[in-house]
Order: sequence, then structure tokens, then C-alpha cells
Amino acid sequence: MVREVRYVLRRMTAGVFLVLSAFLASAVEMVEALTIVLASGVARGWRSSLVGMGAAVLALAVIVAALGPALTVIPINALRLVVGGLLLTFGLQWLRKAILRASGFKALHDEDEIFSRELAEAKTAAPLLRGGLDWYGFTLSFKGVLLEGLEVAFIVLTFGSTQGSIPLAAAGAAAALVLVAGIGIAVRAPLARVPENTLKFAVGVMLTTFGIFWSTEGAGGNWPGSDAALFGVLAFVIALSALSVAVLRRRKREQLVAAGASA
Amino acid sequence: MKYVMSFGRFWWDFVVGDDWIAAALVIAAIGGTAALAAGNIAVWWVMPVAVAVVLYVSLRRAIAA
Repeated sequence: MVREVRYVLRRMTAGVFLVLSAFLASAVEMVEALTIVLASGVARGWRSSLVGMGAAVLALAVIVAALGPALTVIPINALRLVVGGLLLTFGLQWLRKAILRASGFKALHDEDEIFSRELAEAKTAAPLLRGGLDWYGFTLSFKGVLLEGLEVAFIVLTFGSTQGSIPLAAAGAAAALVLVAGIGIAVRAPLARVPENTLKFAVGVMLTTFGIFWSTEGAGGNWPGSDAALFGVLAFVIALSALSVAVLRRRKREQLVAAGASA
Repeated sequence: MKYVMSFGRFWWDFVVGDDWIAAALVIAAIGGTAALAAGNIAVWWVMPVAVAVVLYVSLRRAIAA
């Protein structure tokens, strides 16, 4: 009985991590996609922009529908090894950039600035009508949603298949889509107030945590406490990131002081 | 050919990004973990240590650049 309760708790823990990770990663990418769709809509007309977005969502649905079932037939340990490795390289990129941003070595991501830049570019491009659509607006919106959406599809498919529940990961992504699209429609402005850099930090931590966990299991290792070890790995990655930020902030301050003294 | 190149470049940027050494170190760490696990050695600590090293190297390279 106790063993069964522990098993259920472990599965629930993994499920919560899964939904939360898919939700956060998807929300970050969707905020970026929304900025591009809004810039395209304001500058080139909403019809072309929304048709471009719809076409990209359709293309993403086809990719997920084609690759999802294919991933489920791969042996779980091989899948965890490959996915763990991919998530680690992918997640460490996010984490490195987030640490550099938090410590002042890299500029913060600014949706208002990106929106202004995209808007200026879209306004100066020459009109090109095809099939009753402004082709620049369609392409800008399509490419923006497809490229940002591919990252969401990658995360949903890898997290879902490795954890044995693509629908659960898709539910996290769908919740993010509803939230971001809903707010986007309501305010019709880039979501600059979303703490995007903090979210990116959280996603980097999540991706790295899952990457460490699955690559170890895929390589033939066992975690003490099974799925519950995810908490330990998460705490380790958070501590490592916080330590990195603290050390780099001090270094940045020293650089600024040295630059001020020499000026 | 142009499309194949740009498709390959997209996936390289997507997964590996701007620090291929970090990706190579991750692959080496996974290989090391698999080798130790094959010898019936407890390996749960290997990847966390490897990630700390990779992050340190990657951050140093990024700041130096």
C-alpha cells in the first residue's frame, strides 16, 4: 500500500514537472511569436498576418502529428539518452544566456524594442499582393510563428514522449497558448510586462534538470529515489545558476569600478 | 542544395547554438556515464558534475568573447 502511494506520488511529481516545463517554455516562445504577429498585423494588415499565423499553426500540427507517434515506438532508454543529450545542449544554451543577462554581461530581452524594430521594417517593405494577401505580412507572421513554434513542438514531443505522456505536455503548451493569445487579443500590444527574462531562466533550469535526469537514465544509471530525485537535480541546477549569477555580478561590478577608475 | 544547407544550419543553431564545445562536452559526459554504468558503478553524480564543468567553461568562453 505504502509502495503504491509512493509510486503514485512519484508519477504525480513527474507529471507536474512535465506540465509546468511545457507551459513555461511554450509561454516564452509564444510571447515572442505574438510580438512578430502583432508587428505584422499593425504594419501590413491583420488578414495577411492572421492567415500566416494559421498556416504556421497548421504546419506545426502536421509536424507534431507525424513525429509524435514515431517517437513512441523508439525504446525508452534510447529515447531518454538522445532526448536527455539534446535537452542538455539546448537547455544549457538557455541557462548560459539567462545567467549572462541576469549578471549584466548580456542585454535583457526587450519585447517593446523588438516590436518597434519589426514594425519599422514591415512598414518600409514594398507591398506584394498574392492571392489577395499581402505576401510580406503573411511570410513574416508565418515564419515567426513556425520558428518559435518549432521550439514548442520540440519541447512538447521530447518531454512528452520521454515521460510517456505527450498529451500531458501538449496540455501545458495549450494552456500557455490560450493564456498568451487571450492576453494578446485583449491588449493588442507586445507583452512587455511579462517577466520574460525570469521565465527564460526558469525554462533553462527546467530543460537542464530534465536533461541531466534523462541522459543519466538513458546511459544506464539509476537515480536514488527514482523520479523523486528530480527535486534534488532541480535544487542543484538552481543553486549552480544562482552561484554563477552571484560570481559574475561581482565580476561585472569589479569591471565597472576598474573602468571608472581608469576613465 | 541551398535549402538543405539552411535546414542543417537551422537545426545546428537550434540544438548546438553558438558554443559547440559545450555540446561536445555534454556528449563526452554522456559517453563517460554510459561507460561507467556498464561497469556497474553508481553514476547518478556524473552528469550533475559534468554540467557544472560545462557551464563554467561555457560562461568563461562567452565572457571572453
